Amino acid sequence: MAEQTKVTTLEKVVIRFSGDSGDGMQLTGTIFSNLSAIFGNEISTFPDYPAEVRAPQGTLSGVSGFQVHLGSRKIFTPGDKADVLVAMNPAALKVNVKNIKPNAIVIIDTDSFKKSDLDKALYTTDDPFQELGLGGVQVVVAPISTMVKDGLAEFGLDNKSALRSKNMFALGLVCWLFDRPLEEAMHMLQNKFAKKPVIAQANIKALTDGYNYGYNIHASVSTYRIESKKAEPGFYTDVNGNKATSYGLIAAAEKAGLQLFLGSYPITPATDILHELSKRKDLGVITVQAEDEIAGICTAIGASFAGCLAVTSTSGPGLALKSEAIGLVVIAELPLVVIDVQRGGPSTGMPTKSEQTDLMQALYGRNGESPVVVIAASTPTDCFDAAYWAGKLAVEHMTPVILLTDAFIANGSSAWKLPELDQYPGIKPNYVSNYHEEKPWKAYRRDKDSHVRYWAIPGMEGFAHRLGGLEKDYETSAISTDPVNHQKMVATRQAKIDKIADYIPKLEVIGDEDADLLLVGWGGTYGHLYEAMENMQEQGKKVALAHFKFISPLPKNVIEVLSKYKKAVVVEQNNGQFVNYLRGKVPGFNPYKFNRVKGQPFIVGRLVEEFTKILEA
Amino acid sequence: MTDIKFEPKDYKSDQYVRWCPGCGDHAVLNCLHKAMAEVGVAPHNMAVISGIGCSSRLPYYMNTYGFHTIHGRGAAIATGVKTARPDLSVWLITGDGDCLAIGGNHFIHAVRRNVDLNIVLFNNKIYGLTKGQYSPTSERGFVSKSSPYGTVEDPFIPAELALGARGNFFARTIDVDLKNTTEVLAASARHKGASVTEVLVNCVIFNDGIHKSIVDKEYRADRTIFLRHGEKMIFGKEGNKGIVLDGLKLKAVTIGEDGYTMDDVLVHDAHEKDTTLHMMLAMMKDDMPIALGVIRDVDAPVYDVAVHQQIEEVQAKNPTRKLKDFLMKGEIWEVK
Repeated sequence: MAEQTKVTTLEKVVIRFSGDSGDGMQLTGTIFSNLSAIFGNEISTFPDYPAEVRAPQGTLSGVSGFQVHLGSRKIFTPGDKADVLVAMNPAALKVNVKNIKPNAIVIIDTDSFKKSDLDKALYTTDDPFQELGLGGVQVVVAPISTMVKDGLAEFGLDNKSALRSKNMFALGLVCWLFDRPLEEAMHMLQNKFAKKPVIAQANIKALTDGYNYGYNIHASVSTYRIESKKAEPGFYTDVNGNKATSYGLIAAAEKAGLQLFLGSYPITPATDILHELSKRKDLGVITVQAEDEIAGICTAIGASFAGCLAVTSTSGPGLALKSEAIGLVVIAELPLVVIDVQRGGPSTGMPTKSEQTDLMQALYGRNGESPVVVIAASTPTDCFDAAYWAGKLAVEHMTPVILLTDAFIANGSSAWKLPELDQYPGIKPNYVSNYHEEKPWKAYRRDKDSHVRYWAIPGMEGFAHRLGGLEKDYETSAISTDPVNHQKMVATRQAKIDKIADYIPKLEVIGDEDADLLLVGWGGTYGHLYEAMENMQEQGKKVALAHFKFISPLPKNVIEVLSKYKKAVVVEQNNGQFVNYLRGKVPGFNPYKFNRVKGQPFIVGRLVEEFTKILEA
Repeated sequence: MTDIKFEPKDYKSDQYVRWCPGCGDHAVLNCLHKAMAEVGVAPHNMAVISGIGCSSRLPYYMNTYGFHTIHGRGAAIATGVKTARPDLSVWLITGDGDCLAIGGNHFIHAVRRNVDLNIVLFNNKIYGLTKGQYSPTSERGFVSKSSPYGTVEDPFIPAELALGARGNFFARTIDVDLKNTTEVLAASARHKGASVTEVLVNCVIFNDGIHKSIVDKEYRADRTIFLRHGEKMIFGKEGNKGIVLDGLKLKAVTIGEDGYTMDDVLVHDAHEKDTTLHMMLAMMKDDMPIALGVIRDVDAPVYDVAVHQQIEEVQAKNPTRKLKDFLMKGEIWEVK
């Protein structure tokens, strides 16, 4: 019996699982984060895939990672640098030098650190730690490959198949390190490999062996405990942003009593929305994989005309291709949700990386005066609410709604309490049956308050009408080039969008009411800004955060909120698109700005430094 | 099916028709009104979609649901309408520029998928709305404002493109032949799957007489052949000419001359799955008559029907209909 290892209690910890693309690091990370969530921790995760589909084994370009941030209180980001790194090979170690703390624990498979492995990862010496300047890390060595092969001998698997369970050995070791009982993990493996019981048993054996190894040899001087917190009662699941977006759309269609239709074309990092919705035929979702981005939106426009809740999903380059068609929806005044999962640009840019550089394209990237609604989701789970709102506003206000998410929240995941749909606001299409005026109905007759036209759907007798991209007469709905009418129609389309401010939630400020510095952000940077704020508050500074979900139109109280603080900083992953927009909308607003366009999430520590400087300026 | 009888005027909107006087489009519009009355689809169950161009104004002149969209994208929008609502009769009105230049991709994919659309392709071999540039169907050497020295490119033959895209229905007609145009449009409406009807129309302003060598009453009977399924391929003013197979090629012959008898004349089989003969018929030109009528009309699985069928099949095996129920079946845990 081994002597007692010291147990250290932590508030939060960042763990990075890293290995070759084929090492199963995504599964390992997912299982660990899920069982931590079940255990009662807050979690936030982020996968970091290589850009290449199948890079050569053991090389730097083939490293796949999965970062988990867990803690006893609110966690919104996958964390800056890792406290623990699992490196299944030397390439994984090298790639992650910048991603770990100087005193991190590094778990390595010694069997994969032979000379040939070091060569593949382009090391020049035979001491990788020395070479990388990792003198301060605590290395936990385990001959994982050998032990997995030995441990699984009884299963009669060939070498290659046995070694597939290496990741579970590593997981077991991490479970020991963080004092996680194995039962839930075993349960998950049984479910995952329900149809392959031998594989399930082999993985469970490797998992147990890894745990016992850590326990028996005191692999680390200390194990860790992260306090669990009582979460709000209810059912939970682990969800990433793209899935949450898909579910939000399904929820909106269900609530509106409409069939959901997606017209889309594969594009990174938005394709998972197409995948998820294509699977949901049980829920009656229609999906069309179109011949190109333009056809993606155009099939959706056709479906909208035909009476569906219609959606198209894409990323920046695709949004550019859809511009003309969005203009058609503006003038035809049909409901349509356009999802842009933003990635690094311009052009093909960095498809797997994250940015907030499409805001101006979403707001203004069309010919003519063509106002649309723009919404941005702030976290993976918020994608559900944001997509729900996008569907609601599109249908109720007969307008295109552009929903901006980004690669970071689309792929990042966290624990999500299953929504109770009856607690969400209703969605009531403005059907032509609501038209009760004396004048005979015409296609562009509109509600006096909201300026929303009435929706008549093909098949309804007595309401046949013609829509189109040509300007229409305000009264008769016939084609018109009359200058006075055009001015009126331009103003009316804008007024319809502006009016939506009456129907959306006000901007909420979190943090100190008498803050000396107001952080202003939008979209997927919420987690980093929130943690930066919390961090500064712990240092005794007075900071608040105003984070925007509704961008066009802006919430009604935006001027009131932004004018209240002496100092504000607008923080975004672009060159200042939102700050310029806000300056145009809020008279006298002259904030500091912080902009980074690296394709990488913000680093909380870096934000705190920057904001502290501003505070002290 | 409805018992109500419809008249051509039921499909006519109150809008003033703005095509140039003498434009071939007027005639096609009238034929469409007649064909729809004959087929008997209620106007409110009809959606007429178009792109951009002279012909794409047509939806405004139909008393049906209509959508005049953007250049070239009509096929994609119509695909969306039909996929969402297979119960509607969906029409795509398009021209040679809209359909074969800017919209070429959407056109071939709509045809390949076999979406049940009735595509009417107005081919006047010119861009009229932009005032006279050559189009993808203009012959090599065609002189226009944008090709003052003649084009140096070969045209698309719509039939070749449609069949190449695995089209199962192709018909050709001419604007001045009202009776046959009506018949062909009605046949296209009845066909399940994507149907392409090419109408050779005259642009009286920018390309007047482009089809004159075919359509002029003087010699139309000798230079065209109207094909009907199950009937002999006979043509000519005297009705004494026929199409025969000569080796691997088609040949126009006079019955009673060179030893050809009526027995040698081919019988048109529009339902034959193999495209070889349909393609040869559709490509006839020069010393052969131009083929009109329904050249190909073959049954094949229909996209929009299959989309809904697949949903029904999944639903038959899976009782989950609400999002919450679906989520509860996933990997979840409970916090009490």
